Amino acid sequence: MNTRTPLSFERFRAIVIKEFVQMRRDRLTFGMIIGIPFIQLLLFGFAINGDPKHLPTAVLLADNSQYGTSLLVALKNSNYFEFVREVRTESEAEAALARGDVQFVVTIPENFGRNLLRGDRPAILVEADATDPTATGNAIASLQTLIKSALQRDLTGPLAYLAEGEGPVNLRVHARYNPEGISQYNIVPGLMGVVLTMTMVMITGLAITRERERGTMENLLSMPTRPLEVLLGKIIPNIFVGYIQVGLILTAARLIFHVPMIGSIPLILLVALVFIIANLAMGITFSTLAKNQLQAMQMTFFFFLPSILLSGFMFPFRGMPEWAQCIGEVLPLTHFLRIVRGVLLKGNGCAEVILQLWQIMLFAIIVLAVGVKRYRKTLDE
Amino acid sequence: MMDSLAIDVRGMTKRFGGRTVVNGVDLQVKTGEVYGFLGPNGSGKTTFIRMLCGLLAADAGEGACLGFDVIRESAFIKRQVGYMTQRFSFYEDLSIAENLDFVARMYGVSNRRTAVRESIDRLGLGGRQKQLAGELSGGWKQRLALAACLIHNPRLLLLDEPTAGVDPKARRDFWEQIRELAGQGLTFLITTHYMDEAERCDRLAYLSYGNLLTRGTVAEVIAHAHLTTWSVSGPELHALARRLRECPDVIQAVAFGARLHVSGSDAQRLEQAIAPFRTGSHVWQNISPGLEDVFIHLMGNAKDNFSE
Ligand SMILES: Nc1ncnc2c1ncn2[C@@H]1O[C@H](COP(=O)(O)OP(=O)(O)OP(=O)(O)O)[C@@H](O)[C@H]1O
Ligand SMILES: [Mg+2]
Repeated sequence: MNTRTPLSFERFRAIVIKEFVQMRRDRLTFGMIIGIPFIQLLLFGFAINGDPKHLPTAVLLADNSQYGTSLLVALKNSNYFEFVREVRTESEAEAALARGDVQFVVTIPENFGRNLLRGDRPAILVEADATDPTATGNAIASLQTLIKSALQRDLTGPLAYLAEGEGPVNLRVHARYNPEGISQYNIVPGLMGVVLTMTMVMITGLAITRERERGTMENLLSMPTRPLEVLLGKIIPNIFVGYIQVGLILTAARLIFHVPMIGSIPLILLVALVFIIANLAMGITFSTLAKNQLQAMQMTFFFFLPSILLSGFMFPFRGMPEWAQCIGEVLPLTHFLRIVRGVLLKGNGCAEVILQLWQIMLFAIIVLAVGVKRYRKTLDE
Repeated sequence: MMDSLAIDVRGMTKRFGGRTVVNGVDLQVKTGEVYGFLGPNGSGKTTFIRMLCGLLAADAGEGACLGFDVIRESAFIKRQVGYMTQRFSFYEDLSIAENLDFVARMYGVSNRRTAVRESIDRLGLGGRQKQLAGELSGGWKQRLALAACLIHNPRLLLLDEPTAGVDPKARRDFWEQIRELAGQGLTFLITTHYMDEAERCDRLAYLSYGNLLTRGTVAEVIAHAHLTTWSVSGPELHALARRLRECPDVIQAVAFGARLHVSGSDAQRLEQAIAPFRTGSHVWQNISPGLEDVFIHLMGNAKDNFSE
């Protein structure tokens, strides 16, 4: 005899409605949901949008011709570089960079002026501390034009020919410590995934434990309900919350950070749906495993850390050791980042997206199945 | 006839970490009966009720609840049972109407809106249906909980201390409502610590440390206890009680307001025991023992058993 109650849409709906009403009354959580993307954008936004100027720079000036000096003046006038000290040796420069005293070391080699006039295209070496590439990116990008226009002013009359062609000097930029450099555009779309991972897992992570701690679970369990109805009923309303966050971040990415959006936005929204559900499922499953709200929070955190560290958000994915990549491949955030960056920046379409999307779906299904299995139908521990 | 028993379970047992909290309890409750479930704090009443409606898995036991197997068919039992938890367990952040609506949906009540509206009217909460449940006073929470338990027209109501913290007038109304519903064929299993409520029950059972000590109608329970009781009034009852308790034939000497109830299990020996005390200014009167005398007696016995 089948002693199980069939799944009921009506009961599922009852829970959805109840969750919506509770969500509406829970101002604090709702504030947090809006606040988290806001704060993250603000924090990361400074790094991105800052277009930092007046970066501390050391000069190794081995030449005393007028050309070297006027170059330095031009760099200074650009406002990107602030000359804070003069170093005499290569090793002194190296140490200043390593300590983080300066962001750049500009080296103007011996006989720079003489070689310039000879048309030898003498080298200028700019070493940058690129640990934070967003901090140095704009300054470096401006160098070439800066140098060219500075010398154009000096190289007039019969010398004008030197300014032609490849330019009068050979600019060599060494991005130290982080030669790849993550583009600033990588961060904002990535932030969408990070914010969703954090808030979605946390929201549902508390869902079941909260019912237990408030004592309402006893009532809920005394009603004829199935685990899947409860779990899905608690997941659905939060999808809207997820979309609010997606909307906030995409708007900010567009209007404030001018992130190019080559690909299809509806595609992003569709992918976001799957990703949001995967994270909500993770949270609700934590909720069925945790004994209390504190444990649920801890589990959320243990999920969030590898997500942010191993997904390619913090460090270039290919730069990680193999074991870390293996963990990363399991995490929904890893695939979501690839999709979002691919769609927004490279204009990827469905074909490329599917390759990553099915892995997020698989994650969601497995995790939800664990949740349904672990959902306790009695008050027994 | 099987059908006339709403609850018919045997040997219900629950252990928490090796401690037996409900120990082989048998209980038969007839359809349409108001059955009182009594016992001191921690005796296992709530635990027993939770096993009946499938909220706790029983470690042993068998039987039927509303004709369904109490162990395996709790999904069916749940649909026809209204369980009112001891601690308020509706959503404090939902309004009265929203709570009722939620429950009605969960049970798939037909004519949901009407059912909710009628329930609110019956409660007399018409003007406050938008108020959050968490803002209600304790007594009103109890009333809301009862209303919510009734909304899906259950056949059996398991009420765990439904009148705790409810004022006398509301308690009276509450019991009138229960009587009326029982008349319509609903069955009630009610836990309470109030003697007057116990006396209103058709039958009752007394649980102590997980063991069912006695059961039956009020008269049967009293008769089973075989107590002889004297009521004493007069000065300095407290000192008198202390001295009486030293007599081996006096089982208990308990204050009842301005009187002292002195009980023993052997009428003759009790009379001999109290004879030396009947000389002073006290007025002695042989009375028939009440439920409370019996329960206090049961509680005392149980402690003895426990410490053996
Ligand atoms: N989940 C649990 N885990 C461990 N022990 C429990 C649990 N629930 C109840 N108990 C223990 O079981 C015993 C019976 O508890 P129960 O709540 O059934 O008593 P009760 O008769 O309802 O008491 P009260 O009149 O105070 O409501 C108590 O000693 C209690 O400590
Ligand atoms: Mg109890």
